[in-house]
Amino acid sequence: MSLKQEPEQALKTPGQAGEVALPDFKRRRRRFNYTPFLLLLPATLFLAIFFLYPMLQSFIIAFQDSQGGFTFDNIDTMVKDTNFGDALKYTLLFIVIIVPLQVVLALIMALVINTGLKWAGFFLYIWTIPLAISDLAAGIVWYSIFTNHGYINQILIQLGLTQTPIDFLSFENPTLVFVAVVIAELWRATAIVMVILVAGLQVIPRAYTEAAEVFGASPWQRLWHVTLPMLKPSLQVALILRTILAFQTFALVFALAGRIMPVLAGEAYKWYNDVRNVGVAATYALLILLLSLANTFIYLRFLNTKAEELA
Amino acid sequence: MAQIRLENIIKLFGKVAAVNNVSLTINDGEFMVLLGPSGCGKTTLLRCLAGLEIPDGGNIFISDQNVTEFSPRRRNIAMVFQNYAIFPHLTVYDNIGFGLKMKKFSKADIEKNVKRAATLLEVDKYLERHPAQLSGGQRQRVAVARAIAMNPAVLLMDEPLSNLDALLRMQMRAELKRLLQEIGATTVYVTHDQVEALSMGDRISVMKSGQIAQVDDPMKVYTDPANTFVGGFIGSPPMNFLVGEVVQSEGGLAVEIEGQRLPAPANLARMAGQKVTVGLRAENIEAGEVKDGPGLPTQVMVVEPLGSHLLLTTRIGGQSLKVVTPVDYPVSPDQPLWLRPDLNKLRWLDAQSGTLLNLN
Repeated sequence: MSLKQEPEQALKTPGQAGEVALPDFKRRRRRFNYTPFLLLLPATLFLAIFFLYPMLQSFIIAFQDSQGGFTFDNIDTMVKDTNFGDALKYTLLFIVIIVPLQVVLALIMALVINTGLKWAGFFLYIWTIPLAISDLAAGIVWYSIFTNHGYINQILIQLGLTQTPIDFLSFENPTLVFVAVVIAELWRATAIVMVILVAGLQVIPRAYTEAAEVFGASPWQRLWHVTLPMLKPSLQVALILRTILAFQTFALVFALAGRIMPVLAGEAYKWYNDVRNVGVAATYALLILLLSLANTFIYLRFLNTKAEELA
Repeated sequence: MAQIRLENIIKLFGKVAAVNNVSLTINDGEFMVLLGPSGCGKTTLLRCLAGLEIPDGGNIFISDQNVTEFSPRRRNIAMVFQNYAIFPHLTVYDNIGFGLKMKKFSKADIEKNVKRAATLLEVDKYLERHPAQLSGGQRQRVAVARAIAMNPAVLLMDEPLSNLDALLRMQMRAELKRLLQEIGATTVYVTHDQVEALSMGDRISVMKSGQIAQVDDPMKVYTDPANTFVGGFIGSPPMNFLVGEVVQSEGGLAVEIEGQRLPAPANLARMAGQKVTVGLRAENIEAGEVKDGPGLPTQVMVVEPLGSHLLLTTRIGGQSLKVVTPVDYPVSPDQPLWLRPDLNKLRWLDAQSGTLLNLN
């Protein structure tokens, strides 16, 4: 009898004496591994105490009247406030203008750094310096540049281009104020986008751009058809992070523009600190949260990289 | 029609010359293999040819046009990369059509060429897939199809088969050879695998330390290596090299190896009294137990059965000699063996420099 037939014979006689006992599957199951959960615990606790709890609290406060009952009054007060429309308008306008500007600028900076040219590393350090400065300090620095006796006006007067100082930061010129805020924020916060994009560029293997080059792609075509699509995951992260932070812009605007240019986060501060109405302040905070969520959802939805498109 | 001419190419990395004064002419439609161990400069030379590196010295001509400082896209070349470098974010169709799209071909032309290349490489069933959904072998085919879709005058291949498993590599080797014969593009193929080089190339350039050691057709490189490096690099097992001394004896000129004499050709007379290196291939040696005819007394050290034959490592004095025998040859370690080399197939090299002696 050949060896090959033996297992067949065994299969023909199931449930009979001599049947091989199945191993005890329960015993063979891998032991539950607690380590990952233990490692996650500190961060989870931190987020729960300092983020989740205050978030829930502000959610409750936003819908609470002074007696602790449920109300929509806070929303009503917020929406009917004279500054609400301006704050919403400026915040959205600010984001629509600053985010694309920063992404384009950061992309150019990241591409320069990624060339690997001699001074590229040096630029990385120079360009990231503003990241280390607090936004309020940055606002004050730019205030001293734009103000009536600031650096720009002094230079303009020295050059004889103007006799009297130009009032960049006045009620009469809200557009100029807005431009000043955009410039200051560009200076301050473009580097964070750049850092993310530099990291993203560095993981794209050189072989891809080389292949594109060999197959006839011009520098523009390489950027458009190879680099940008492969940078999409990083672009998505940068956009989400940058937009969320832009919704929270406050200190820099406050230092530069004061009440000339109201923004949502500034209104929340005003209602909390000046008006001392915690309910409306919480409602503003809630609005910022909802807008950020909606935005993130859009980015995730439309800049999604499918699993099969990854290397 | 594209002839490639490399003239005195030098490429430095820091102070190291990765390519050191290489001149080479590759004829139109020829399949030229650049073969050598890692670090010999073969890939750097190919990258210079592609325009991915600019040489520090020398000139590169494609079809009599000096392209030395041309960017890659102006050279009318296509390339297959070692790691394929097919774009993960594009479908197979868009990958194969990439070069044509960049060169602004019409949609109809792109489709025609993509379909043709995909059919040739049998990836026409996967055109809508992304590379991540393909096996290694299929990705490799897409990389070749992308190059072929361009109808390039010059096709460059950088170790295209090195990431495939042994069986797939052998299959792809034969398939590529047929395909490239069909296309007729001037091909430069970089590999460290001597079997690939021997089986595919019209000619082989064996490289060492940034220089070309020998350029010849595969059989010539195998049977008449220009020096001990080439002989030792090509062939499995590599060529045997025994050091001996040329002596005059009663029967004519002979070479004395470890006290044993073998007849030597008369035109070696000018070397009389000097040391020479004798090169002999393992398959050109006959093994026997009795001492009949000119041969060498050896002792068997290792017996390696390799399926189709036995590979014996034997020793004569302080030198070792590899021999192949039929698989059923009765032999065991430590036994004495009388080896009779085919005297017509001995090669004579300078004992100092290791270069082939000119016996004419």
